[in-house]
Order: sequence, then structure tokens, then C-alpha cells
Amino acid sequence: MNPVVSPVPALGPALPEIVIALAALALVLIGALRGDGAKRLIDALALAALAVAALILLDQGPGRLATFNDAFVVDGFARAMKILTLIGSAAAIVLSTRFLVEEKFARFEYTILVLLATIGMMMMASSNELISLYLGVELQSLALYVVAAINRDNAKSSEAGLKYFVLGALSSGMLLYGMSLVYGFTGSVTFPTIAKAVSGAGGTGVMIGLVFIIAGLAFKMSVVPFHMWTPDVYEGAPTPVTAFFATAPKMAAVAMTTRLLIDGFLPVAKDWQPIIAFVAIASMGLGAFAAIGQQNLKRLMAYSSIANMGYALVGLAAGTVQGIEGVIIFMAVYLAMTIGVFAVILAMQANGTRLETIGDLSGAARNHPGLAFVMAVLMFSLIGIPPLAGFFGKFYVFAAAIEAKLFALAVIGMLASAVSAYYYLRIVKVMYFDAPAPAFGRAGPEIRGLMWASAAFVLLFAVVANPIRTMAAAAARSLF
Amino acid sequence: MFGFGILSGLLVLPLIGAAFVLLQKSDEAGLRNARWGAFWTTIVTFILSLVALARFDAAKAGFQLVERKAWLGTEIVYQLGVDGVAMPFVILTTFLMPFCILASFNAIRTRQKEYYALFLLLETLMIGVFVALDLVLFYVFFEAGLIPMFLIIGIWGGARRIYASFKFFLYTLVGSLLMLLAIMAMYWSAGSTDIVKLLAYKFPAGMQTWLWLAFFASFAVKMPMWPVHTWLPDAHVEAPTAGSVILAGILLKMGGYGFLRFSLPMFPEASLQFANLVFALSVVAIVYTSLVALMQEDIKKLIAYSSVAHMGFVTMGLFTLNAQGVQGAVFQMVSHGLVSGALFLCVGIVYDRMHTREIKAYGGLANRMPLYALVFLVFTMANVGLPGTSGFVGEFLTLLGSYKANTAVALVATSGVILSAAYALWLFARVVYGKVERHALETIPDLDRRELALLVPLALFVIYFGVQPNAILDMSAASVDGILAAVKSGLGGRLAGLAQ
Repeated sequence: MNPVVSPVPALGPALPEIVIALAALALVLIGALRGDGAKRLIDALALAALAVAALILLDQGPGRLATFNDAFVVDGFARAMKILTLIGSAAAIVLSTRFLVEEKFARFEYTILVLLATIGMMMMASSNELISLYLGVELQSLALYVVAAINRDNAKSSEAGLKYFVLGALSSGMLLYGMSLVYGFTGSVTFPTIAKAVSGAGGTGVMIGLVFIIAGLAFKMSVVPFHMWTPDVYEGAPTPVTAFFATAPKMAAVAMTTRLLIDGFLPVAKDWQPIIAFVAIASMGLGAFAAIGQQNLKRLMAYSSIANMGYALVGLAAGTVQGIEGVIIFMAVYLAMTIGVFAVILAMQANGTRLETIGDLSGAARNHPGLAFVMAVLMFSLIGIPPLAGFFGKFYVFAAAIEAKLFALAVIGMLASAVSAYYYLRIVKVMYFDAPAPAFGRAGPEIRGLMWASAAFVLLFAVVANPIRTMAAAAARSLF
Repeated sequence: MFGFGILSGLLVLPLIGAAFVLLQKSDEAGLRNARWGAFWTTIVTFILSLVALARFDAAKAGFQLVERKAWLGTEIVYQLGVDGVAMPFVILTTFLMPFCILASFNAIRTRQKEYYALFLLLETLMIGVFVALDLVLFYVFFEAGLIPMFLIIGIWGGARRIYASFKFFLYTLVGSLLMLLAIMAMYWSAGSTDIVKLLAYKFPAGMQTWLWLAFFASFAVKMPMWPVHTWLPDAHVEAPTAGSVILAGILLKMGGYGFLRFSLPMFPEASLQFANLVFALSVVAIVYTSLVALMQEDIKKLIAYSSVAHMGFVTMGLFTLNAQGVQGAVFQMVSHGLVSGALFLCVGIVYDRMHTREIKAYGGLANRMPLYALVFLVFTMANVGLPGTSGFVGEFLTLLGSYKANTAVALVATSGVILSAAYALWLFARVVYGKVERHALETIPDLDRRELALLVPLALFVIYFGVQPNAILDMSAASVDGILAAVKSGLGGRLAGLAQ
């Protein structure tokens, strides 16, 4: 029986993306008609659109939905990663509202670009074949290039945007080249078919293609050796944009890498496992050592995010259900911690000047006990001290690595995390042991709200860990 | 309440106290409330631990007062319980805490609320280490204790506090992370981290070696054993008095407790295999650090090195794998908790008056502070291991045990007893005897009532346990026998030394 191909594919599974896309178009109109003055309204409506998308996702139930000839699937894993992406995007919008006004580049396009990037990221989490994956990546990337340079009068921001664009275009090229090789050698672009094709005999051609694809994906995740753009872009971009870069796109990039490797290349896991393990080790090591000398908090967080992506890849390298479960838990925890840290960085300002070096936090425990407490909790959590959330994130990825007998990877990862403890501790030391620096101005309520929400999540994670773990396990199983 | 038992109560009480302390105002009345609130919290916690002790049946070997709740699935559980090995340490913790709080009343003048809140948090975590019956839960308490201790050393410490706090944190962290990997490996092998189940599970011999080494990395740093002991003198010297008391009194015991709870019964093959390594390191610790102690010019540093030497007796006793050695090790840990804690309090008392810890700055204290000289003498004698004090029993039993297991080790270790007499008595002589030569010492006041309340109970207990060691030995006997029986069955009767 020939499958009946309906002229119009089912749109239900893609409804969240469609809602956001329509919202973005409507908001462009509002922005064009009412100018930058409408930014507040646009932000509110954009947040509403993201919330509606999240509700639709939650309403879809636990099953697997597919459309566009299976190119677009929505399973438990996609849903989990999309929810995380939506949280990251929403946080990026919330963190930006006051900042952009105060820094006098309150362009309404920022919010719309975030929405467009979010659609791309959600496609990345759902795409089940190479073409839709590439479309998602490009939609995301093009929006991000512009966002990085949104403060066009600032040389650093423009430099960040340009750097990101040039290197991003290069990586897209590699990705595309790898895809063409894989298509050429397997005759298919959909993951399940690729999996069938490589399970017989992998062949060198496919492997070369896979290496190119992984290189492209590594750029998007900003892991070693394709991480060079990260510190400069993180430092140069306006802080809310950096917060955005450090959260939502990472969720999407890890999601698509995971789906590609698990659904498309699981039969040749032994071939890509060493690559992922190497990338993980290199990222954890570089992140740990390179961050030691940093004075700028945003730059430090860039290295921290490189190291954290390394930890996430530890779970992926295991290539098991437990590993993917660990990746989901880790990414959720990473998201919460990163939003919190950037909220703290955004709260650091005095007399209209933005402060972003570690020294500016000096003695913050005296002047701003609340802010220092939140930051200290987040730092201890990033080190991975129990019972904070960061511990559980690392626990599940490393436990998966141990189960998969990747002992060297686990031991090196643990030692790297001990090294990284040094620079996180240094921030605690500066805040609690050093003499007070001039006090900051009062941060906006939305910044303080996100700060405390993140700290509360990190502190109470041990209590709610079990439901989160159960959900992550169900989501991970949906991939296999 | 809600199905939680008395041990959960012990964990929650200090946290409630900490919340109370933090909610006080920062004016003088509020700070007084905070101080006394913290003090009474520790007293109530101590009383509750005595209730737990009353309900505890020392004749039974297994875990008692057990409570269990699902936590991370069915494999990683919130399970608490105590046996005869854990109970002495729980009591020791709750007993020492009021002294620490009381000792800080005059010494801590800045950021008092945070200080007392951190101490109460630390109390919860320390009790948690000794009552946790799940490996992951144990690890949570074990590792989380780094946070308050790091802050206590770093905020209220001496001149080199930052160096000391980082060294303390990073040393301990590296060791613990390796243990965490071992915990994960045990989880996959045994399918659970429930300690009761793990004690009944036999790990393959090859795996035991690696697991033992990983646990060793953590506990050896915590003990601390030579050569990874170097964080301890720094941490001790820089920490505020109460911090030193907690470090020496409780935190160091976690390593010994860990060896006894995990390494011996769960990895008996590896324990036997590595016993000689432990003996060697212990003997070096006993002799070498005693010699180092002789050379110290800082009173706190001297006591810190003597702690390392005394912990050498503990590790030696534990790995004799016979009843005398292990019982002696448990006793030595409790006794050392009291004695070294009291010694640090003694140092703190003269430090509060003179603001120096240099031995040279003192001399002739007996003329001006006769009461002080008397209690200091009691603790010095206990530190030396004079019969009639608690210090003697532990050293004697561990030496007895090691004589059975390895005569050469016992022989060398005994020389450590002589060395400990040398450094402790010399210290006492230089500080307390002689003429008052320093002008500043002319008017130094003797102990006041608060300080007497601090030291006299400790002195009485040190003497009481010296003449009545069964108070502790009876508590732990059944459980120690149980652990050794597990070791023996794990080894399949391949250990002659285990014949009682």
C-alpha cells in the first residue's frame, strides 16, 4: 500500500512554533507602526507567546507526534528540551527590558529576533532529518548574529557580531558539507534511515561526513576545539544577549546533537564515542584552566559554559538512556544556574555604569547580603557541591559515564571540576572575605526576581529532584 | 511527625536555630538573642541526642532508630540510622557544639549572625554524616560541610585565612570527587546506594581495589594522613578557636568513621591488601609529625601536628582488623575529639587575652593563672596519654591491637608515645612554668566563670573516660564485632590475626 501523501501536512505537532512565528510577525507590525516606544508591550506579548507555546507543548501529552514526512518529530525528549529553550528565551527577554532602555538602544527588534531564534531552536530540537535540522540551525544563527551586534554604536558589540557571523558561517559550511557526504554515502537524510544504512557497514565516507557534522555542531555548542569565538562574543555582546547565548541556544544545540547521534548514528556509537569523549575532556580541561586568569565575569562565564558543555557531553558520550537522562537533568540545572548568574551580573551597576569584573563584587556580602548569598549559592552549585542542584546535574552525567565504563573520561572530568572549583571559589572569596567596594544601585524587580528564583531552584533541587529525574528518564527513553 | 524519627529531628533542629539566628536584628539586643539562640539550640540538640542515646540498645550490632523515605527513586534513599560506631560520634558532635558557641561569645565580634548560623548549619551536616545510611546521602553531608567551614575559616580566620581556606577546600574536594566516582560504580554494581544493602553485597576482588583506593583518597585527606596532612596545620592556625575545635573534634573523625563504616566491611580484600600501606603511612605520621610538632613555635600549629600524630594511631588501629585495634581507634577518636578540642579552647583563652599564639610570648602563666594551669595540665596529660586520662586508653588499645597484627609497627609506633610526651610536656613547661618575664603577662586575668564552664566539664569527662573507658567501649563493642565479623566472612577466614 502506498502511503497517502496529503497535500497539506498535519500542522498540529508544530503548533508551538507556528504560534511563535505568527506572534513574531504580528509584533513586527506593532513595532513598525508604534516604534521603539512599544518595546514594553512587545516584550509582554512575546512572553505571552512563549508561554502559550509552552502550554501547548505540555498539553500534547507524553506520546510521539510526527509530521512533514517524519522530518519533524515531537517526542518526550523534544518537549523537554523545547521547554528548557523557551525558559531560556523568556529569561533573555525579561533580563533585557530594563537594560536596553537604560543603555539607550531599546530596539523592539531585539525581542522579535529572540522569538525568531527560538523558532529555529525548537526546530533543532524536533528535526529528525538533516535538511530540517540545517534550516533550524540557520534560522537560529542568523537571528543570533544580528542580536550579538544589536548595540551597533558599540565597537565591541559590532565586533562580537561580526566575529560570530564569520565563524558561524564557516561552521555552517562544515555542517552542510558533512551532511552532503552522509547523504551521498547513505542515500538518505532522515535519521532512522541513516541508522539503518550505517548499521550494516559504516564505511569511511560516512565517518568523514559525521566528523564534519560533529565539527559544525561543536561550534554551535561552543566546545573545544571550536570554542574560540565564545569568550570574545560573550564579553562583547550586551549582557542580556550574553545571557541568551549562554542558555537557550545551548539547549537546542545539545538537543540536536543528541538526537542526531542517538537516532541517526547509534549503530556506529563506538566510532563517535571517542570523538565526543575527546571533545568533552578538552572542553572540561580548557574551561577549567582558562577561566582561572579571567577578571571579567562575562568572559569567565564563557569559559564556564565551555566546561559545562563538556560535562553535558560526558552524558552523551555514554550513549545510553541513563546518559541522555543525565544530559537533560544537567542542561536543566545549567539553565537555572546560568540565568541566575547573569541576573546577578545585570544587578551590578552603579550610577548608570555597568560593572562586570570580579573586583566589583568585592565585599558584596556587606553591602548586598542578598546578592552575595545568591551568587555564592550559584558558585557552590557550579562547583558541584551537594546538596545544590549542580551536584545532581554532574552526578547523573558522571554516573552514566561510569556505567558505560568510560572511567578515564569520568576521572578526568572530576579532576577538571576540582580545578574549576578554584575560580568559582575566588568569586565567593572576593564577595565574603574582601573589603567592600562601592555599593551598587538598586536592581530592578524582575532582575531580583530571577536571581532569587534561580537560587531557590538550586537550593531546593534536592527536594524536587525525584520528579525531575523521572521526567528526564521518560524523555530520554523516548529517543531510544 | 510525618513519619520522621528522632534522627531527622537532630538534623532539623540546628537548621531551625540557624533560621532564628538569621532573623534577629543587627542591633546589640538582636545579636545577644542570636548568640543565646544559637547556644540554646545546641543545648536542645544535645538533649535530643541523649534521648536518642537512651533509646539506643548498645547490645545490638545492627542499625537502630532507622527511618527510611524514598528519595531519588528506589535505589537512592533518604535513610538514617545509628549503630554503636556512629552513636559515640553523634553524641560527641552535639556535646562539643555548645562549647564552640560559648567559646565564640567574646572572640567573634563581626558578622555574628552569619557566624552562628554557619555553625548551626555545620552541626546539621556533621550529624548527617554519622547518621546517613545511604551512600549518596552520606556524600551530600560529607561534602556540604566544606561550605560552612570554608566560610568560617575565610571570614573569621587569622592573617593567612584565605590561603588556608582555599587549601582546606581544594584538598578535601579532590579526594571526595574520586570517592564520588567510586560511589557511582558501587551504585551500578550493587544496584543501590543503601548502606545496609551494600554491607551485605560482596564486591568483586578486582573492583574492591579501585573502590578502596578512591575512598582512601577521600578519607586519607580528611583524617588527615601523612603526606596529605599539610592542609590541617594551616586550617587550624588560621581558623577561629571554635572552628579549630570543630575541625579537630569532629571533622577529622569523619575520615576514621568512613574507613570503619565503608572501607573495612565493604572492601575487606582490599583492606587486607593495603593494610601494610596504611601501617606505613600511620607510623610515619606518628613519628614524623611528632618530630615536626617539637619544632613548632606556634601553639596551635603544635597541637595541629599532634592531631595528625594521634590520627596515625587511629588509622593504625583500624587496619589491624582485630577487636582491640578497632575498638581502640574508636575510643581514640572520641578521646581526641575531647582532648584536642579542649586544648584549642585553652589556646583560644590565652589568645583572646594576649592576641598571640607564639610560645615565646608566654611563660610563667602558673603564677598568674593557677586555675588555667591546672586544667591545661589535665589536657596536656591526656594528650600525652597518661594512664587515668582518656588519652591513654585509645593509644594503649591500638598499640595492643597492632602488636597482634604487626609487631614491628607497634614497636615504632610506641616511640611516638614518647615523642608526644616530649612535645606536649615541653609546650606546657614553656607556657606555664618559669618566671613571668613578659610585662604584658603581669596583669593577665585567670579563667572567668564562662571559661571555667567551658573547660571543667571537658576535663571531668577526659578523666571519667580514662578511669571508666567502658562507657564508650560498651557502646561500640557489639557493632565493632559485627563489622569485624563481616570483614572476616568477606575474607573467607584468610586472616590469622582475626582470631580473637
